[in-house]
Amino acid sequence: MGALFSVAESTPAKFAQMLAAILLFAAVMGLILFFAGRVTGRRSDRIVAFAYLAPTMLMLAVGLIYPGLRTIYQSFFDAAGKAFIGLGNYQTIFTDDGQLTVLRNTVLWVVVTPFVATAVGLLYAILVDKARLESVAKALIFLPMSISFVAASIIWKFVYEFRPDQGNIKQIGLLNQVLVWLGASPRQWLVDSPLNTLLLIVVMIWIQAGFAMTVLSAAIKAIPDDIVEAARLDGVTAFGMFRFVTLPSIRPTVVVVLTTIGIATLKVFDIVRTMTGGQFQTSVVANEFYSQSFRSDNQGLGAALAVLLFVLVIPIVVYNVRQLRAAEAR
Amino acid sequence: MSATSAPITTTPPVTPPEVSAAGKARKRLSSPWASLIAVVLAVLWTVPTFGLLVSSFRPRSDVRRSGWWTFFNDPTFTLDNYRDVLDTSNSASLGNYFVNSFVITIPAVIIPITLACLAAYAFAWIKFPGRDVLFVAVFALQIVPIQVTLIPLLRLYVDAGIAGTFWPIWLSHSIFALPLAVFLLHNFMKEIPSGLLEAARVDGAGHVSIFFKVLLPLLRPALAAFGIFQFLWVWNDLLVALTFAGGGDTVAPIIVGLANLSGTRGTAWHLLSAGAFISILVPMTVFLLLQRYFVRGLLAGSVKG
Repeated sequence: MGALFSVAESTPAKFAQMLAAILLFAAVMGLILFFAGRVTGRRSDRIVAFAYLAPTMLMLAVGLIYPGLRTIYQSFFDAAGKAFIGLGNYQTIFTDDGQLTVLRNTVLWVVVTPFVATAVGLLYAILVDKARLESVAKALIFLPMSISFVAASIIWKFVYEFRPDQGNIKQIGLLNQVLVWLGASPRQWLVDSPLNTLLLIVVMIWIQAGFAMTVLSAAIKAIPDDIVEAARLDGVTAFGMFRFVTLPSIRPTVVVVLTTIGIATLKVFDIVRTMTGGQFQTSVVANEFYSQSFRSDNQGLGAALAVLLFVLVIPIVVYNVRQLRAAEAR
Repeated sequence: MSATSAPITTTPPVTPPEVSAAGKARKRLSSPWASLIAVVLAVLWTVPTFGLLVSSFRPRSDVRRSGWWTFFNDPTFTLDNYRDVLDTSNSASLGNYFVNSFVITIPAVIIPITLACLAAYAFAWIKFPGRDVLFVAVFALQIVPIQVTLIPLLRLYVDAGIAGTFWPIWLSHSIFALPLAVFLLHNFMKEIPSGLLEAARVDGAGHVSIFFKVLLPLLRPALAAFGIFQFLWVWNDLLVALTFAGGGDTVAPIIVGLANLSGTRGTAWHLLSAGAFISILVPMTVFLLLQRYFVRGLLAGSVKG
């Protein structure tokens, strides 16, 4: 039993521990099912429901609800988590110069990413719809979705890579080489704010456009053929078709895509951390949360930033739910 | 939060009617611009990855001295970068991290799916007081950002004496996956006609045998869809792993190893490129093999926290 919960050092020990953990889990599940299967009587349904729900509810209560409340509480305390300072941390977020840059960047991320990613995804979905090799064309845009934010950041950091422009030193980053080919001089892309933030946003757009394209493409294909045919017989132009047939039909889906990407963007910190480490005024709330909590050991401010993330998600979700309700009522 | 009520795959359900020759011609004439834009986008989306892939096979000195596009004039090929990055005696090695990724991911996919199956069954097919309120509560937990939970959770793990092992990562990923998993599987279960379950019940089947004999076979696509989601999520995660596994290679997964390498050896592109591709290989393979299910899960809708 000791080895099951201690640190496994060697590769065989790691896999053995993994197997043991899965077996332990299977045994617990087996017990629950065994007893649930034997329950009889008038109230048996309730007991079975309780047995099936108990593990999930316990994990959510201990792992999400309690820590969430605890963090909200902690956000009213100072860096060491000892002295109560009221709204002090929140005041810092909205007045401190560095934190205001963080807020500005976060707004930039959340506004630019969903709209550009959705626009690119929609454009591409329409362009390749019913084209030859449609599935191959889609796969090219789709694949970045399986790449981690860290690996994607490395891929793009290599594109932005800069070598000093002197003597026989050659550029190894594609973007700077393109500049050199055009006769311009290379530059350090990730240093100048706010351009650097936009260049980091490119990575997120690159990943999310595939999601937008996939979902929107399915929505476009679900538009009934007779509507499209009727519009075509009326002599509607390609743009008119998009404006008056395609877009209104897929509007609910567009809203879902926009809000889903918006929420995902709000929480991404991997890209900023890998590309710039939050330097050169590129930090965002999610990255600042990590730095304050684990690097600067400012627990109070870290907690307040986490709560801010939570608060920022809520209006997006509410909007999404409302739009869905309205779409269903129609 | 379903975008479309019925699951749709990438391939349209009915084969589109044959377009007439005239229609084809008209389309071809009107769309050279459309094709051009599509090609430009496809190139923009592919070239960055391709450049790094080419670099991972070039010798170290070449990667440092010239751009990857010169490879086509002067091809040089080596597997040394991959050897360096996997060799565990090397200080920049990602070998142990790579092993950890598997050890982390497998239980972190199995545990939440199993738990969510049971919970979703209870919500979908057992009547008990407070069911709807409880279901909405679980659904609403999807919006909690995991950042809010990390530090208190870390304290709980330290108190329980399991900090620094694989357990905090397994447990955390399972917890964070549950709201979405319960919600998605519940939606799929609700779509199964109740007549099937009634028939089994009349035959004297209890909840356990109904679950295994009637529901499980029908749920296979839904389980595959969520399984891929969770697999990609866990394999590609940085935040949870950094918080609970630290930076060393005893527990941390390859994404953490890669992030460390990028931090400490940020200009060692021969290592970074090979490391990045090793980390990409597994999720991309899974993704390509099970793409159909993934798309179906995507269309069933998600707002993963």
